[in-house]
Amino acid sequence: MAVKKPEELSKIDYKPPRTSWMDTPTEFKKGMFCWGNKEKSLKTVDFPNVRTWSVADEDWKLPGNWKEIFLEGLKERLSKYRSFQLFLDICVRCGACADKCHFFIGGGDPKNMPVLRAELLRSLYRKYLTGPGKLLGKIAGGRELTMDVLKELWYYAYQCTECRRCSLFCPYGIDTAEITILIRELLNLLGLNIEWVAGPVANCWRTGNHMGLLPHTLKDTVESFKEDLKTITGINVDYSFNRKGAEILFVNPSGEYFDPNGNITFMGYMLLFHEIGLDYTLSTYTSEGGNFGFFTSNEMAKRLHSKIYAEAKRLKVKWILGGECGHMWRVWHQYHNTWFGPVDFLEEPVSPITGTKFENTKSNKTVHICEFTADLINHGKIKLDPSRNDNYVATFHDSCNPARAMGFFEEPRYIIKSVCNNFYEMPSNTIRENTFCCGSGSGLNASEDMELRLRGALPRANALKHVREKFGVNTLANICQIDRATLQTLVDYWVPGVAVRGVHELVGNALVMKGEKERTTDLRGDPLPGKEVQE
Amino acid sequence: MSFGLSFWLSLLAVAGLGLIAYVGVAAAHLNYLFGIIIPYAAFATFIVGIIYRVLRWGARPVPFRIPTTGGQQKSLPWIQQNKIDNPSSTLGVVVRMALEVLLFRSLFRNMRTELRGGPTLSYASAKWLWIAGLAFHWTFLIILVRHLRFFLQPVPSVIAIIESLDAFFQVGAPLLYLTDVFFVLAVTYLLVRRLFIPTLRYISLPADYFPLFLILGIGVTGVLTRYFFKVNAVGVKELTMGLATLSPKVPEGIGVIFYIHLLLVSTLFAYFPFSKLTHMAGVFLSPTRNLANTNRAKQHVNPWNYPVKVHTYEEYEDDFREFMKDAGIPVEKE
Repeated sequence: MAVKKPEELSKIDYKPPRTSWMDTPTEFKKGMFCWGNKEKSLKTVDFPNVRTWSVADEDWKLPGNWKEIFLEGLKERLSKYRSFQLFLDICVRCGACADKCHFFIGGGDPKNMPVLRAELLRSLYRKYLTGPGKLLGKIAGGRELTMDVLKELWYYAYQCTECRRCSLFCPYGIDTAEITILIRELLNLLGLNIEWVAGPVANCWRTGNHMGLLPHTLKDTVESFKEDLKTITGINVDYSFNRKGAEILFVNPSGEYFDPNGNITFMGYMLLFHEIGLDYTLSTYTSEGGNFGFFTSNEMAKRLHSKIYAEAKRLKVKWILGGECGHMWRVWHQYHNTWFGPVDFLEEPVSPITGTKFENTKSNKTVHICEFTADLINHGKIKLDPSRNDNYVATFHDSCNPARAMGFFEEPRYIIKSVCNNFYEMPSNTIRENTFCCGSGSGLNASEDMELRLRGALPRANALKHVREKFGVNTLANICQIDRATLQTLVDYWVPGVAVRGVHELVGNALVMKGEKERTTDLRGDPLPGKEVQE
Repeated sequence: MSFGLSFWLSLLAVAGLGLIAYVGVAAAHLNYLFGIIIPYAAFATFIVGIIYRVLRWGARPVPFRIPTTGGQQKSLPWIQQNKIDNPSSTLGVVVRMALEVLLFRSLFRNMRTELRGGPTLSYASAKWLWIAGLAFHWTFLIILVRHLRFFLQPVPSVIAIIESLDAFFQVGAPLLYLTDVFFVLAVTYLLVRRLFIPTLRYISLPADYFPLFLILGIGVTGVLTRYFFKVNAVGVKELTMGLATLSPKVPEGIGVIFYIHLLLVSTLFAYFPFSKLTHMAGVFLSPTRNLANTNRAKQHVNPWNYPVKVHTYEEYEDDFREFMKDAGIPVEKE
């Protein structure tokens, strides 16, 4: 697809149209939306209105009573979520959220202002479910639910990455992610998903991971990592799949098995676990920590992740360790304990190496790899040579979900500073709780919506450009597989010359292992500083 | 609805209310209706309406614990937690909520995004909305408290103290209240920004203009009542005390401007429970603010949690057993 040049794409007009938003029809712009789901993806998980359809078609092949299904679904969800009812009721349209959304900043479409994105639904809520709206219609801010309105909802529900940046700035904590999540649930009642979400969901249901990797493929993949690591370090690292009686079940995003950038992060974990002698197992059945079900419906999210606990129980492990992934940790942290608790068949997590009790997860028994590693480093249990990462001048991109759903700021920074000599922060308005989305979250990391993604990444890339120019930053470290898989393309477009790297890749590089040979390359096979071959 | 229509409709509605009160009292002499019946009805609507709204929200379950975390989580003991923006205790939540409700903590974070050529994005400080919001809400509250002097006899000393502080500069006769000045200024600012910031004008509905005009109308008529028309304060107090003691009577000789003021206030009370103004009560219930971030440390129960259909390990192994065996992955059934 021909994409505009950066100079052209960044000419953004924030001035809204002259006609009011309700009277401005939504134009579907190519490059700004994902393809609709395929028949087989819905069928695999028994979703309603199974059929193949195309966004470009006039007819989206909906059941005759679609309006009724939508409105009944809306009513039901209002009764089940205080958040939803409250967020539809109390917005004062102060506009504080308007210029906080990366898609609005990078695109200028007024319906991407979080407030207006929510108003798309709020107007229907008023019209059909509130007294003043029923009585006064448009005067009370209500509007009819028509096919065009439904399509508009779909278009903008899949132009929100559920990053929650707006919710930080809202004086009432109105969370657009919550609204987007529930709009998507409603759309899924009508079989209106995107294939980039529905496909991975179906894969995950069947094979245990989004990528659809079968057990032997997973084994072969990890075996090939093992061979690479043998070449690089001279050490035979151990691993196992579906092993009963292991102390810890390790679950990571499957993109790490598939995406070349993620592969290296995974190799970093393998080296670390080998070095400390961790008694852990991987599982082919639960070979996915991420959850695209979460971008479909809360029920689908729960359906996919129950396997993690079932597997932990079957394998009789003590607790669960989770890899680097953004939305995965939103789901693990904010939802798992509610869906699956009490998790009384596991033990309160204790690091077998340092003896540290992870008090903050004593109920759910899931530890983030960065909590685990930061504790190891703090106790001096691993030997690190940060000079091996001296080719890297790093900054850290806080992924939305660990940032605004956990407050996960210091752990990864502590690790990076321990394994990397050159570290610089991006401007404070763009990191930590203020962080910007990569532009590809919540299942929007397809290729057909590249313009949307490029626009969404502008604020992140711009802050990166600042530190690239000021400090010579050439590495964007992060703890999210979506970042690793998608951000490189976007960074190449806006800020060429910056590499996107997982934190545990940097750990793997710096880790000085017992019995290793003199390393000459990093985990990518590129020469270490000072080890370049002289011509 | 177009901007023009939203704007004029709201303005006309408030002006119309003023006219109704004027005609109703000055020409039709419906003093009892405007002085007694409507205020009682409006107050009752407010009380019943707001209780209904809060109970309705309260009856909705909070299925998930979804705080928006604005600072470092509680994790390892050597990592400094931000106990207010990311609370893990009830005390932390109380402080976070107090800062939110009393000082508009989240609005204080506001910044203005600017795009220049290059492209270069910058984030400038933008505290005016926060300042005006604080000024508006706090002066409104103080004015409301001051008005209790009309409903209490004897007037409590605390109200007298507030009044004397409010009239600190001892200007004019009657003494000028600072809150009156700042209130009118703040509401005007909130209206002006809505009119002149293009994106804000784009998202504004009649439900945004109407309360602003109404509140501005209340402020202006209040100022007129006190400073310019200097209505018969003794008469007003007789009327308000009558309302407060449930022995309503309508004294003669209160200026019609007072009745206009009273009708606008009554409208605000009656309109309140049906409008966005319920954010006053709703903010206390906001799940992204009033929950501690203890998700993994304590179980949060969803009252409607239900079992879902899952793809079991047994089904998975049945699908892929041969592949697993070939790859040397342990299976349950050989």
